[in-house]
Amino acid sequence: MSVKVIKPGLLTTVQDLGRPGYFHLGIPMGGAMDRLAMRSANLLVGNDEGAAGLEAVFMGPELEFTQDALVAVTGADMPIFVDEVEQPGWTAIAVKAGQRLGFGFLRSGARAYIAISGGIDTPPALGSRSTYAIGALGGVEGRAIAVEDELPIGRASGKGRAGASVPQALRRGPGSPAELRMLPGLYWHRITEAAQKGFFEDEWAVAPEADRMGYRFRNGRPLEFVEREQPFGAGSDPSNIVDGCYPYGSVQVPGGTEPIVLHRDAVSGGGYFMIGTVISADMDLIGQLQPHTPVKFVKVDMDAALAARAERAALMQRIREAVG
Amino acid sequence: MAKTIQSPLPGTFYRRPAPDQPEFVAEGGSVAAGDTIGLIEVMKTFHEVTAEQAGSNIRFSVENEAPVTAGAVLAEMD
Repeated sequence: MSVKVIKPGLLTTVQDLGRPGYFHLGIPMGGAMDRLAMRSANLLVGNDEGAAGLEAVFMGPELEFTQDALVAVTGADMPIFVDEVEQPGWTAIAVKAGQRLGFGFLRSGARAYIAISGGIDTPPALGSRSTYAIGALGGVEGRAIAVEDELPIGRASGKGRAGASVPQALRRGPGSPAELRMLPGLYWHRITEAAQKGFFEDEWAVAPEADRMGYRFRNGRPLEFVEREQPFGAGSDPSNIVDGCYPYGSVQVPGGTEPIVLHRDAVSGGGYFMIGTVISADMDLIGQLQPHTPVKFVKVDMDAALAARAERAALMQRIREAVG
Repeated sequence: MAKTIQSPLPGTFYRRPAPDQPEFVAEGGSVAAGDTIGLIEVMKTFHEVTAEQAGSNIRFSVENEAPVTAGAVLAEMD
């Protein structure tokens, strides 16, 4: 069976949980930016959590089904329609052959995840169906979906049931201002104490250019550097370092002005210093931030980061139990 | 009754195709269905906002280069 793309939305891509293992070769992990939402959507329709679905950013696509299927939409809050009848989010919806799934204007969050029973069955590339558009890898010919694409759908497990839902208390979206917890890193000493304090005091705003590679923030005060003679091999700007590896979640601040948090499609290395890393528990949240959303960074230590990670894993387990 | 044009996306609204070019539609002007009335910039791309129906005496409710949310009313017309 297949699903036909009537309207693609804006940069709607096939995503699963990504292709870890190639970052040292410059190929990013990729995969859904909001993994909890992607996993939840899959569970609702009876798929493996790592099955491929669609990630729609800011705007939903319109899809036509050629066969009966279960569908679930999680993540961003936007009105969901099947043939113009509004449907609940975070819930398995039965769609009949010939019906169309469509969306209204985004209400909150940024990315909706659409899972279809059986999962999208485009050919895997390096172990994943995730679309890495810049590298033309995965998904539909390595690109976002387009009008008249026919998305192949795998065989449904039969485990999903219409009406299954993730309880409200277990759904996650951003607050306002959104808070991103950050663990200061290797280059934290490169900025002055006043700048270290100011970074956490300031209210930042998501820049409109924020995307799957990185989320840029503006409106905070520029960071003041501790003076030093630039080491051999580093660029001349005080924010330059001798090239290093960029972890997922790392926060670089080119020129000391606008922090960028690297996300799923990030480059793997380069010559900008990183003041720290957003903790793994808060990375999903970044995928749900709209442009201009106010954001504060909150300083945490490793113990707090690990506790938050465990809490996040426990939340996912509660969703599995509630849906399964 | 006034017809409204809403932003399909969150981002930054522009009334001109480029800084040195004239506005797509002047305040008080008329549009045909499918005409571009502005751009929304988000994720390093520019998305055209089109009028779904024809209208006259267009009145913009959002300034050039202002941030907008999805569904925000950009303009009204008769």
